[in-house]
Amino acid sequence: MNEKAIEHAHRIGGVVLALEGVSLAFGGVKALSDVSFDVREHEVRAIIGPNGAGKSSMLNVINGVYHPQQGTIRYLGREYHDMDPHEVAMSGISRTFQNLALFKGMSVLDNIMSGRNLKMHSNILLQALRIGPALREEIEHREVVEGIIDFLEIQAYRKTQVGRLPYGLQKRVDLARALAMEPRILLLDEPMAGMNMEEKQDMCRFILDVNDEFGTTIVLIEHDMSVVMDISDRVLVLDYGKKIGDGTPDEVRANQAVIEAYLGVSH
Amino acid sequence: MFYRENGQFKSNYASDQQMLPILQDRVFMGLLLVFAFGAVPLFVSDYVFLSLLIPFLILTLAAIGLNILVGYCGQISIGHAAFMSVGAYAAYNLALRLPQLNFLVVLVLAGLIAAAVGILFGIPSLRIKGLYLAVATLAAQFFTDWLFARVKWFTNYSSSGSVSTAPIELFGWKVDSPAEKYLFLLGVLVVFTVVAKNLVRGHIGRAWMSMRDMDVAAEVIGIRPVYAKLTAFAVSSFYVGVAGALWGFVYLGAWEPLAFNLSLSLNLLFMIIIGGMGSLLGSYFGAAFIVALPILLDQVPNWLGVEMSTALASHLASMIFGSLIVFFLIVEPHGLARLWAIGKEKLRLWPFPH
Repeated sequence: MNEKAIEHAHRIGGVVLALEGVSLAFGGVKALSDVSFDVREHEVRAIIGPNGAGKSSMLNVINGVYHPQQGTIRYLGREYHDMDPHEVAMSGISRTFQNLALFKGMSVLDNIMSGRNLKMHSNILLQALRIGPALREEIEHREVVEGIIDFLEIQAYRKTQVGRLPYGLQKRVDLARALAMEPRILLLDEPMAGMNMEEKQDMCRFILDVNDEFGTTIVLIEHDMSVVMDISDRVLVLDYGKKIGDGTPDEVRANQAVIEAYLGVSH
Repeated sequence: MFYRENGQFKSNYASDQQMLPILQDRVFMGLLLVFAFGAVPLFVSDYVFLSLLIPFLILTLAAIGLNILVGYCGQISIGHAAFMSVGAYAAYNLALRLPQLNFLVVLVLAGLIAAAVGILFGIPSLRIKGLYLAVATLAAQFFTDWLFARVKWFTNYSSSGSVSTAPIELFGWKVDSPAEKYLFLLGVLVVFTVVAKNLVRGHIGRAWMSMRDMDVAAEVIGIRPVYAKLTAFAVSSFYVGVAGALWGFVYLGAWEPLAFNLSLSLNLLFMIIIGGMGSLLGSYFGAAFIVALPILLDQVPNWLGVEMSTALASHLASMIFGSLIVFFLIVEPHGLARLWAIGKEKLRLWPFPH
């Protein structure tokens, strides 16, 4: 291990998010059955699994988009039930989306600024007149957003309408919007899907930098095994909604059930 | 060539975020305002004021209101004339029962009442969207049509069901002649446009647009859908309510419940579709198009010297009107405002396109 890796390993703290016995079903289809796992502060936690394994459902459960029928979610030691997505967002969990979910009609700047909305409180009258606190707020948050724009190297596109940008850049704007919330935990749903090698490398660098510089805990879903094995501290493996493996990349690689799920097995 | 932002560097965020960041735009807007306030009243005839400019200004205000809801927040409403009628009848009753109130206060109160009704009819938007919501908003239309026709208190028990208003007075200024009405309406519209612009570029505007573009993602990044949608309904109905009060007091003077029927709702919707969804400028273009086109079409046979019965002329006019709407939608589905934007983009490069 090099020095940086050792330093990173030292930073990993206690459990911030723990899911216990989570089950989620849509009618008769069981998306998740009895899955338990935890996420530690500052770590990069990967969730992998074949298509339909329930990975995105897992993020949606954490996010409050879906409410699991069974099981508990503990975040920072407190249990939460049936929280709405915006309440989860308020508590410091943000995410990006598998199929880009940007606000297409808005500029890059506005997209990222909307990630700051939950920190902006001036009332509608002040905004209508754009005076005092409303104007100050716009400028203060713009400064933060500009910092993120610099960090992700998208300065040239700030005033461009998001729908006109190429895919790789849209993914970056999606990340920027999630970062604008200054989250404690960042959920990334296939941040590198559909990217070429160079874009993947850029994205990996950004994710690691976020983890490193802002200390953000990262939970990511990814299909590219080399990426997952490279950047994550621990890996959770799902198959047909069940947990079949959990541990460090090396442990998961050696796990017989995981190999069978991925490579198939002769019966 | 002359229209460029070249060399206009912004050294702080305040100047980058101002309403018109390009100097040429600011100069143009200043000249336009001077022209509209100072020059127009000098040479325009009363006929043009009454049949063109006054309805244009009021309908622009209503179109801005509808655009906030449909164009910015993405919630369709085809019953918006209902909120105009709420505004108009609220203003009528306020002026009637509390005659000491200043008309501006009446206007704001009428807008607030319309906003409250708008929030009420906006509640279904929390559960349904798209076409289904459109049908639900139709309920507002039928409800107010019924309410103001049947509940006599609102029309002060007038036997015909129609109501009439006295000319408005502001701080001793009797707004009576067409030119005065025009100036008053223009002032109101300028203020409301600036307010709308401020709202749509503030964080509430971003919340509205995020609902329009991707509501699930909006919620996940911490935007409350209830707040975003209901404020859009409230602000939109406020604008439309004020427009309704002005329509009744300044344009019509006397009206019956049918003045705010479904066809007015549809006309408002056409305005923002033709003018441009999610664009304040588009509301101006759309209102101008809908107000001016029928009048122009009426005049065309005269100019050409063709003898034609008035019935035939009016039928032809509505046919041409309909086909022009279809034509514009095919050529530029994003409305006249987009054509304008493309024109400006071209002008940046002209005359050296490469």
